[in-house]
Amino acid sequence: MTTLVLASHDQKTLDASTAKAVTAALALGEDVHLLVAGSNIGAIADEAAKLQHVKKVLKADAVTLEHQLAEPLADVIVSIAKDYDAIVTAATSVGKNVLPRVSALLDVQQISEITKVISTDTFERPIYAGNAIEVVQSLDAKKVITVRISAFAAAPAGSDSAPVEPVTAQSRQYRSSFVNEALVQSARPELTSARIIVSGGRALGSSEKFDDVLFPLADKLHAAIGASRAAVDAGYAPNDAQVGQTGKIVAPDLYIALGISGAIQHLAGMKESKIIVAINKDEDAPIFSVADFGIVGDLFKVVPEIEQALG
Amino acid sequence: MTKILVPVKLVLDYNLKARVKSDKTGIDLTNVKLSINPFDEISVEEAVRLKEAGKATEIVVVSIGPAKAQDALRSGLAIGADRGILIETTEVVEPLNVAKILAKVVETEKPDLVFLGKQAIDDDSNQTGQSLAALLDWPQATFASTLVLEDGAVQVTREVDGGHQTLKLALPAVVTVDLRLNEPRYPTLPNIMKSKKKPIATQKIAEFGIDITPRLKVIEVHEPPTRKAGIKVKTAAELVDNLKKAGVL
Repeated sequence: MTTLVLASHDQKTLDASTAKAVTAALALGEDVHLLVAGSNIGAIADEAAKLQHVKKVLKADAVTLEHQLAEPLADVIVSIAKDYDAIVTAATSVGKNVLPRVSALLDVQQISEITKVISTDTFERPIYAGNAIEVVQSLDAKKVITVRISAFAAAPAGSDSAPVEPVTAQSRQYRSSFVNEALVQSARPELTSARIIVSGGRALGSSEKFDDVLFPLADKLHAAIGASRAAVDAGYAPNDAQVGQTGKIVAPDLYIALGISGAIQHLAGMKESKIIVAINKDEDAPIFSVADFGIVGDLFKVVPEIEQALG
Repeated sequence: MTKILVPVKLVLDYNLKARVKSDKTGIDLTNVKLSINPFDEISVEEAVRLKEAGKATEIVVVSIGPAKAQDALRSGLAIGADRGILIETTEVVEPLNVAKILAKVVETEKPDLVFLGKQAIDDDSNQTGQSLAALLDWPQATFASTLVLEDGAVQVTREVDGGHQTLKLALPAVVTVDLRLNEPRYPTLPNIMKSKKKPIATQKIAEFGIDITPRLKVIEVHEPPTRKAGIKVKTAAELVDNLKKAGVL
């Protein structure tokens, strides 16, 4: 049988998390089909068709799907679910929003944010902010799974394109409607796919200082900007930058934590990073217990010195 | 007028680190502090603020769990909810089954809004609100950071990848709340005392006629791989050297 992956996209381009969800889906050992749902998404479907090992792309193109709201999106997935043994998507804000709706409509207990596929029905997933790992076996005939993006490598793009077939979106009246959106425009790499992340905490002291200290270093390293919950709550950084249990889960090659004490909720979001650097004036800060390299000192002095040392 | 149902869960206090049992069957919850799930506290607070603003008439908190789960209900009542419902069970109830039971509670209580925390900090599933909305065929808005109640509708700004998205939902609706929706108050002593007199109705889970047999079999729960503390370096130059050697620059 076959696994269906709901592709992640922003109505313009295919999101990098899609290729990671495909990797997790391939580990289930079945053929993989992709569903691209949105409005006017032909180009995204064509891009998705190039991912290696994807056998077919289904394209649900309808005005009602323009903002990927949970209700119409769930209806499209459910309408084709009978053909699939497993439905998988990346744990993005769209994926986390829609998939539990799908799982309830299919009477399946979803498995959230898997980090490893052990067999076709058994998976690892972190619980308690990553302080424990649960190994669960799904007894449902159909599997509904969200995938923690940071735990899987991206499936490569292949040379051939899979066929793209249209799927009809149901038309019915929905009681939720899109009003507007405010998306942060940034030329920097996206947090969950960046190779390097420079992340700031409450010690930055203000929004201005946060930008002044982090931006030049991030520019130099072509890094994404992250933040602790305390920094986001204080308004130093946008909510989208929050790294932690309830924010983004990241695993870059290099994570530089500036003035972040290292609450367990924050560590849950970044401790899988390859190399962690911590700069903090409190030598007992818990962040040092997970850091490969630490500097005890004033970040306002140390960060410019790092920029200088980078040349 | 608007009636709000707020499901709450009792979980390991968020300040405590979860300890895996030595037999790997789960997390050790004996003799540790359990508290209301922090996101649920935010949803109760939001409901209470709406009531204080004259926009909501009644707030009912509901919890599924052992007798001890009353503590989560009492926390909600101390913030300002009017009454509680305890659905008693000593079994593990998975998110889908929680949603099924809550759907039954909605049938009886007929709220206009259900506010839930976006996730419980124990199993980190992030499912119940969405699943409940599906079972009720109600509109949903997850990860709410701003909420405005209008006539027959609610406008919700959601925290999404890349920023914020605002939706309008016709009532009745399900909203799951994120961290920045509000900062829950510390209940005052008089309110804590008053909350002890507020009614909590207890029902047995069997009364709901829902099969709560788990669909997920927990094979084991183990510790995550530990990360060792590395080295402290003195200077920025030394740091950059080390990062170059590690191959990450």
